[in-house]
Amino acid sequence: MKTFTKYLGAACVLGLGLASTGAIAQEKIKIGVSIPAATHGWAGGLNWHAEQAEKRIEATYPNIDIIVVSANGATEQANDLEDLVSVQDIDALVVLPFESDPLTVPVQQVKEAGKFVTVVDRGLSLPGIEDVYVAGNNPELGRVSGEYIRGRLNDEGKIVVLRGIPTTIDTERVDAFVEELEGTNIEILDMKHANWNRDDGYEVMQDFLSRFPEIDAVWAQDDDIALGVIEAVKQADRTDEMFIVGGAGMKDIIKRVMDGDELTPIDVLYPPAMIATAMDVTVMKFTSNAPVEGRYILGATVVTQENAENFYFPDSPF
Amino acid sequence: MSSLERTEASTSSGFNIDFKALGPFLALVGLFVLGTVINDAFLSGGNLSNIFTRAAFIGIIAVGATFVITAGGIDLSVGSMAAFISGAMIVVMNTLVETLGAGVETVLIGILVSVLLGIAAGAVNGLVSTKGKIEAFIVTLGTMGIYRSLVTYMADGGTLSLDFGVRGVYRPVYYGDVLGIPVPVLVFFAVAVVGYVLLNMTPFGRKCFAIGSNEQVARYSAIHVDRVKTLTYVIQGLCVSVATIIYVPRLGSASSSTGVLWELEAIAAVIIGGTMLKGGYGRIWGTVVGAIMLTTIGNILNLTDAISNYLNGAVQGLIIIVAVFLQRGDWRRKKSK
Repeated sequence: MKTFTKYLGAACVLGLGLASTGAIAQEKIKIGVSIPAATHGWAGGLNWHAEQAEKRIEATYPNIDIIVVSANGATEQANDLEDLVSVQDIDALVVLPFESDPLTVPVQQVKEAGKFVTVVDRGLSLPGIEDVYVAGNNPELGRVSGEYIRGRLNDEGKIVVLRGIPTTIDTERVDAFVEELEGTNIEILDMKHANWNRDDGYEVMQDFLSRFPEIDAVWAQDDDIALGVIEAVKQADRTDEMFIVGGAGMKDIIKRVMDGDELTPIDVLYPPAMIATAMDVTVMKFTSNAPVEGRYILGATVVTQENAENFYFPDSPF
Repeated sequence: MSSLERTEASTSSGFNIDFKALGPFLALVGLFVLGTVINDAFLSGGNLSNIFTRAAFIGIIAVGATFVITAGGIDLSVGSMAAFISGAMIVVMNTLVETLGAGVETVLIGILVSVLLGIAAGAVNGLVSTKGKIEAFIVTLGTMGIYRSLVTYMADGGTLSLDFGVRGVYRPVYYGDVLGIPVPVLVFFAVAVVGYVLLNMTPFGRKCFAIGSNEQVARYSAIHVDRVKTLTYVIQGLCVSVATIIYVPRLGSASSSTGVLWELEAIAAVIIGGTMLKGGYGRIWGTVVGAIMLTTIGNILNLTDAISNYLNGAVQGLIIIVAVFLQRGDWRRKKSK
């Protein structure tokens, strides 16, 4: 429904543009932003940050026009890309592909049409298509989380791990995490999939709690899972025994870190705000003569009580 | 059809009838034995209470689904409906905090909203499919998409979180207990008892069986088919509402990923319990056992690392098929001959 309104809006703008042919709007640089629709928390944050960045950039640079479209699936996104090129006649594209494989060729076609292409988060299956690549760092997220848990436990203790949905993202995170703990006396009691979902996090943690009498730390990997874990630990009345490390940067968890909650001492970022980074870099291509082409891999910043304020967006849905 | 089968079974041997009704119970006992063998912690009071409490959501929804399916219908919208009603409850209660404060009134109004929405949503499914003469599969597939989008829209793609003050007041509805039995388990039991009486001891229940067996014959027998069928969807909506009332205080949140695939779990619980998917025969206690079985499988898989995580779905699928085969398959008849 939102997408529809946006299309309607875009159509109106287009209509107005046609009506006032050649008046002022001609020199505008159009940047299309294609992202997945807000079907889960992280994507919700993505959409919110894209909208915020759109407002901010358009206010700063009157000659830049940003068009954000969101898609509910890979096919829909491929259609969006065609529309952006043929109907909107964009100069640059910022795209967070729904899935890598099915969108490689559609993005390649945009590139072949002579547009500047920025790919975000999920890389394409063929190298050399995009001018700019912006992404979070999944292995780094796992490594940093492992590093923190090692430090807190002095290389000794028992932990449980809640994994995400079985995908490359999950595997990369978990592999790096396990590698970081190698050679220590930290025992991973078990790892189970909680599918980046609160309810699953709650249930899996309940079962871990009845199965293991001693748990020193929990790596929930994701903030939605972490929220479920928190409730399960509270219910079992074992809050003094362990701490929980989540990931992503959801406002509820950042708030807890900011307030100095003993249960969630830190959070590791995998920020949906990366879409704003990508949009800004793309805009720089047109507003400055600084070279921007290249790969931007964002660090997996550790959020602690000291710096939490910088990452707290109370208005964001995520 | 089903009544024919039953008479045939009862005449052939006394062993068979018992087995058919007891099938789901025996499968559950089997699962419990398996769980105990796998991990001692399985039979601990905490774990058992976890299983029954968790089973309450799907179980309550599945009791409603037993009515719909017995009367020859199907409702695919229950998972989305649960997410939508949870979301609406949270929005209403958060708004009320400003005027009424975070008190019991706020929670009661939230619960009232949930019940009204459940009845309304069920009535829409029922009326559109009966009066509109559209297959229930299509109608509820449509409403499934509608409710799912509505909750995503309300949450702006993110998560709706209940006000922390209200959470404190509302919390005992999920986490509380009476004489050591968790509240959700008591609610589940009460819903099942009411469902059992309604389905097996009232004219309404008999009409559900009749319509599910043969809608034409039921119509000729002066049964108000449309009215009864619509009522089954209303009961389903009401059950979804009861489930959300105990779901919301658990994590105090709703998002687009709330209740995903609950409709399939509810339908699976109903069928495992011995109700016929094509209608005409329903068994509430079977449904209750079916829901507990589904939860138990997930619990057992979490208690062991013997099976690769990637194969969890396969194990679940296999156990469901075996459980239904044990009570349905031809193997019993051959043995008795």
